[in-house]
Amino acid sequence: MSAPGIAIETKPLVPSGLLAVAIFVASEAIFFAALISAFVVLRAQALDWPPFDQPRLPVLVTGINTAILLLSGCTIHGALRSVRASGARLTGWLAATAVLGALFLAIQGYEWVRLVGFGLTTSSSLYGATFYALVGAHGVHVLAALVVVLVVAVRGYRGRYGAAEHTGVAMCHLYWLFVVAVWPVLYALVYLR
Amino acid sequence: MTTAAAHAHPESFLRTYVFSTDHKTIAKQYLVTGIFMGIVGGLLSYVIRMQLANPGQSIPGYGVIGPQQYNALVTMHGTIMIFWVAMPILLAALANFLIPLMIGAKDMAFPRLNMMSFWVFFLSTVVLLVSFFVPGGAAAGGWTSYPPLSGTAAYSGGQWGVTLWLLAVALEFVAFLMGGINFITTAINLRAPGMRLFDMPLMVWMQVAAAVIFLFSVGPLIAGALLLLLDRLAGTGFYAPAAGGDPILFQHLFWFFGHPEVYVILLPGFGVIAEILPVFSRKPIFGYRMIVYATIITGILSFIVWAHHQFIAGIDPRLATPFSITTILISVPVAVILFSFIATLYRGSIELASPMLFALGTLAVFLLGGVTGIHLGVAATDIYFHDTYFVVAHFHYTLIPPVAFGFFAASYFWFPKMFGRMLNERLAHVHFWLTFVFMNLTFLPQFKLGFMGHQRRIVTPTFFEALRTPEVEQLQSMATVGAVCLLLSQILFFANVAWSLRRGEKAAPNPWRANTLEWTTPSPPGHGNFDTAPVVYRGPYEYSPPGRSEDWFPQNLAPEKGAGS
Repeated sequence: MSAPGIAIETKPLVPSGLLAVAIFVASEAIFFAALISAFVVLRAQALDWPPFDQPRLPVLVTGINTAILLLSGCTIHGALRSVRASGARLTGWLAATAVLGALFLAIQGYEWVRLVGFGLTTSSSLYGATFYALVGAHGVHVLAALVVVLVVAVRGYRGRYGAAEHTGVAMCHLYWLFVVAVWPVLYALVYLR
Repeated sequence: MTTAAAHAHPESFLRTYVFSTDHKTIAKQYLVTGIFMGIVGGLLSYVIRMQLANPGQSIPGYGVIGPQQYNALVTMHGTIMIFWVAMPILLAALANFLIPLMIGAKDMAFPRLNMMSFWVFFLSTVVLLVSFFVPGGAAAGGWTSYPPLSGTAAYSGGQWGVTLWLLAVALEFVAFLMGGINFITTAINLRAPGMRLFDMPLMVWMQVAAAVIFLFSVGPLIAGALLLLLDRLAGTGFYAPAAGGDPILFQHLFWFFGHPEVYVILLPGFGVIAEILPVFSRKPIFGYRMIVYATIITGILSFIVWAHHQFIAGIDPRLATPFSITTILISVPVAVILFSFIATLYRGSIELASPMLFALGTLAVFLLGGVTGIHLGVAATDIYFHDTYFVVAHFHYTLIPPVAFGFFAASYFWFPKMFGRMLNERLAHVHFWLTFVFMNLTFLPQFKLGFMGHQRRIVTPTFFEALRTPEVEQLQSMATVGAVCLLLSQILFFANVAWSLRRGEKAAPNPWRANTLEWTTPSPPGHGNFDTAPVVYRGPYEYSPPGRSEDWFPQNLAPEKGAGS
């Protein structure tokens, strides 16, 4: 029996690539939740936090840096909106995102070097250990997401995406937003407490 | 039907067999690696059992074993059997092979990610095997790798063993992360036209549930392992009390993953049984939707039972009662699944073919494992049983059914589909009965040993006066005889496979007269799986439907005109 329409490919509700990133982001979120709960437990058990002989964290500079990262969340959203509309300014938005992300990493790195100079290291105290583990884990994620943004930017420049097909941009957008969204939580817990 | 599809893509040897993106080839790669590691893990258990029966004596093929070596063997046996046998075979191999075939897809959603997943897994296998040969030997802190035992080189035998162990486990989880995302996406997005979620075979449900549980529980373990690695390499003190750290923290992070992991392994095993029981009872599965819901509830509950592993670890005693309650609660949905399986048999036309024997054996053995879990889940009794051979017997009774019996059931069932030949049925029956008897001979005595207070993880039991009794020695010898015979019995399986691959009877596309879509493909299926894209008209378990001459009704068979419905 031949029914018409058998060979028609059904279009899925969420494209496979985006679904995969969404699942990945969910498991990443649980990874950060575990790191944060470890931090909270260790801090709750500590006698003094931060220890009196350890340097204080740069609250103000990192606050400004937080704003920079949040701004990059807006630019990546601009990228997705532009590709949905026409795709004309996609590369510009992605480049702006990459610059902001790189700036965030540079400032973080500069502050790390200063903190190490002041005597805050992984082995100087549990305070230092948790700081570098949490902030470092986030930094690695920003770096990875930055590479993804650059790859998508190059592909966008070559005209790979359009209003009809832009799953790659949507995947990159979702992951970058996740990396941005985790940071304020870490900033509030680790720096502001 | 033609097999032209099999020859449609002439590709190089390397592309076809090594760096293949075909889900069936990747499944076979996982299968072979898993079986190889199973042999390694089995040989380790041989050394362990021989030492326990005859402490201090030279073991044939190994020699005299020292305490450090013994600890390393026990650690590696557990690690290998869970992470390098159960996971690659039950999840990666079965899911890779079956999900696309069962849902009528040409391949996985991300074939290249799938290939990467296997090769990362292969790398992790190499790293783990290398760790046997580094200075100081392999990791010896138990498969749970608790600090402070695993935290410093001084306690764990050497700098390299635990470090490589952590690296290997991390790589393996990256591999399964890629695999799991692939499985879920494939099942959601690539189902054949007409296949609704509740038309999916239970195997697909179970694999997806297992993948979801794995993905949502693995983060804490990766975090815990990362902190442990930093403790060892960067001088941090997350788990070192002297530095203000907390060793119990690792236990929480480990078991937040470790207990759901039990269900990650168990559910695919249940999936195998769910496929086999209806076929060999010629009856629809009992309570299809109930099994799906129970699976989901099991998955959710599995996230809130972990602290039952830590009743005597020094956790807040107020935590013991809630975790006892959730632990007992989780046996309810698991029992729903088990009893639905048993009810499937009721008034069926049962054929005791080899897949069915192993499926029934799984139910029988797992029931005992599940029941003894109650003793360990309740804090009051666990305080006595903790770290005794009762625990060892319990988790072997829960894990051997899905991992070993489930694997054999799946092998006898899907081997014709995978390799196009039938296995020898008579040899399979002998294999089942020997495996079943010797499995029980190995582990039943260990319940008794546990009752007598015999601690696990001690290299020389006779060192302790209380364990120097004839009864203890007798029980240990029984278990060892059982274990050696159990290992030897597996030769039958390998002989059967080796013989059947070449000389076995050629398999028809559907030798078991089953309904699900994988049986509509040629045996073995070619590249792209289906000669014509299947369309699904009904659920997977419509056996002996009223008003039909055959006693099965394939999912893709179009309803006859004017037949209603």
